[in-house]
Amino acid sequence: MKAKKECVAMLLAGGQGSRLYALTTTVAKPAVQFGGKYRIIDFTLSNCVNSGIDTVGVLTQYQPLVLNEYVGNGQPWDLDRTFGGVKILPPYQAADRADWYKGTANAIYQNMRFIDRYDPEYVLILSGDHIYTMDYNAMLAYAKEQNADCTIAVISVPKEDVSRFGILSADENGRITKFEEKPKQSDSTDASMGIYIFRKDKLFDYLNADAADPNSENDFGKNIIPAMLNAGERLFAYPFVGYWKDVGTISSLWEANMDLLETSKTPFRINDKHRRVFSRSSIRAPHYMADSANVDNSIITEGCQIYGTVKNSVLSPGVIVEEGAEVIDAVIHAGCTIKSGAKVNYSIVASDVIIGENAIVGEPRETSSGISLVGAHQEIPAGEVVPGNVIRQAKGE
Amino acid sequence: MNAVGIIFSNIHDQSIPEITRMRTMASVPFGCRYRLIDFPLSNFVNSSIKNIGVITHYNYQSLMDHIGTGKDWDLATRSGGIRILPPYITAYDNTMSAGLYSTRLEALAGILNFISRAKEEYAVLSDCDTICNIDLNEILAFHKAKGADITVVAKTEVLTRAMVGKQTVIETDEGGRITDIAEQTSNMSGSKYVCMNILIMSRLYLQNLVLDAIAHGYKNFYRDSMMNNVSSANFYVYEHKGFHASITSPAEFFKCNMQLLDKKVRDDLFNNPTHPILTKVRNSPPTKYVEGAKVSNSLLADGCVIEGTVENSIIFRGVRVSKGAVVRNSILMQDTFIGEDVQLNCVITDKNVLIGDGCDLSGHETRPFYIEKGARI
Repeated sequence: MKAKKECVAMLLAGGQGSRLYALTTTVAKPAVQFGGKYRIIDFTLSNCVNSGIDTVGVLTQYQPLVLNEYVGNGQPWDLDRTFGGVKILPPYQAADRADWYKGTANAIYQNMRFIDRYDPEYVLILSGDHIYTMDYNAMLAYAKEQNADCTIAVISVPKEDVSRFGILSADENGRITKFEEKPKQSDSTDASMGIYIFRKDKLFDYLNADAADPNSENDFGKNIIPAMLNAGERLFAYPFVGYWKDVGTISSLWEANMDLLETSKTPFRINDKHRRVFSRSSIRAPHYMADSANVDNSIITEGCQIYGTVKNSVLSPGVIVEEGAEVIDAVIHAGCTIKSGAKVNYSIVASDVIIGENAIVGEPRETSSGISLVGAHQEIPAGEVVPGNVIRQAKGE
Repeated sequence: MNAVGIIFSNIHDQSIPEITRMRTMASVPFGCRYRLIDFPLSNFVNSSIKNIGVITHYNYQSLMDHIGTGKDWDLATRSGGIRILPPYITAYDNTMSAGLYSTRLEALAGILNFISRAKEEYAVLSDCDTICNIDLNEILAFHKAKGADITVVAKTEVLTRAMVGKQTVIETDEGGRITDIAEQTSNMSGSKYVCMNILIMSRLYLQNLVLDAIAHGYKNFYRDSMMNNVSSANFYVYEHKGFHASITSPAEFFKCNMQLLDKKVRDDLFNNPTHPILTKVRNSPPTKYVEGAKVSNSLLADGCVIEGTVENSIIFRGVRVSKGAVVRNSILMQDTFIGEDVQLNCVITDKNVLIGDGCDLSGHETRPFYIEKGARI
């Protein structure tokens, strides 16, 4: 008897995330810190577990060290299983080839044997750089109900944003009739979320055909989906309603962090005990608020020590804000120290940065020309000014 | 460290009877996100003790829930790991299981099998309510260097009236060898060694000590087993100079929690990168401070939503303080809900307490007002 799983998830986590600049020089995008105590990948991994999908292949390629260590044996997400669980899948050398992952479809193509070990009917393809909570199980039920070969999750986007997405048109039954990759304009506003459920056999057929085509870019959006559509396969759109954000740029990453502060909007229920977002905890003491602390509309987590002012900001574990320091409209990653008199405005500060006394990072949001970004592991000397819309990278990184 | 660790989880339950009504002393919540057992357990794990037994007596459901498989302390291992040792009661009376034990020594008699089957050379005993961050390897090195039979960890303290009958006082000669062990009585005064209830000895010594106690009907570890041998055996004191607290009364429980507001205490207990205090991970989201929140000199765990005012307080995971509420000098345990315009001063709320809008509750630091688990006010 061969043990099997109904659905295996493949999480594409190999992208560099070059538009996050200094944040991704030494870590892959899915391992970037988010929302205080999380990393971006926590959301997709937690969605899998909360949807009852316990077999997840994480495809890594770019700077995998931190990501590998973070995912580890999957214990924080209950993905340490005797059969299944989370597995890190880097590119590897095979008897007849040795290749980097050349595109999203190629990455899955190279791991078809991994998928086959679990003999699933369905394969769920995910990307590791989106912030959202979603029940994949409901989507799987929809895929079965429609007898779909491929089901694509779609979300409605504003008309002016269609050029940033793959846009789908569907008939009244939900069957996809048209797919346009980043069109200038379109009648439809249903954007692909990069979440696909394929019938495994069909997926493998198209991956094999795609691999044999030397002109293909080996990409799901550009090659696989259009090929399936042209061949008349059953492709369906699964409408998703809720919070979903691609955090591929500095400004969208900053905005997604700030969305957590908007209680009125309640972007997604990070506090829902039944659909909890799990993360690998850094095990630090509770956070301390001093007499001199002045905190307003902010998120603060374990290990922080606040003696100064924190407003409209999101702080990761172990951040120290000294007396007289000000952190406003900022995202501060783990282990940073903001020394007394320093000001951080409208910025993202990566982990283990020391902002020296009376140093100024960024400009007040109302007058700033853009978000400032301070790369990890560096010291901004006392009194130094890092203006708005500037990327400050540590030497050697 | 080649040692087996033993923790007494029901010891001193009667010191804070309200809080231990439904739980062991070991699972008493402390310091925003911890349970008391996290301190001895972390001390063991950080000193690489890999085989740990937790002696339980009654009320240990909450403790089992907290420990789980032990994975949060890296104790979910195939060999060793953590084991809960419930009372050993057989269908027929025998000397080792006659009734439930009430002292440390009787508890040890009940786990004689665990002690004798362990492979480790040494044994470390610790009470569950001894709050400190201590390197047991250093104590073992001291123990070996002195050629001691038992090494007792102690702190130097000026004796006060409040502690009469609640702690064990130790006298030594100049070399640190123990000459007298006694419960503190009202005629004692001055600065003395006070026992922290952490002991190191060889496992075989412990085994023989327990067998000897059964043979002679000894009840008390210090006053009987140790005092009867104090002149012939080598008992030494190892002095711990860092922070230490034990829970001897509700007022002391309140005070110990409040001591965490002192940076020196926090640094000593929590900010040792190679000796973290580990606890069960609850995966709460970070704490959210809503506009209008005012928080000063307070320690807060994750998962809270703060809209009101919090001063000099210890706030556990998942607490909500609504608009207009003022919480002063209080300890709010897990998932406490404070309604709008509530005023609290010197109050301890146990888990899942709800305090309705507009309530005004107050205690005193020597007599904190305790509200039991799940109460609605």
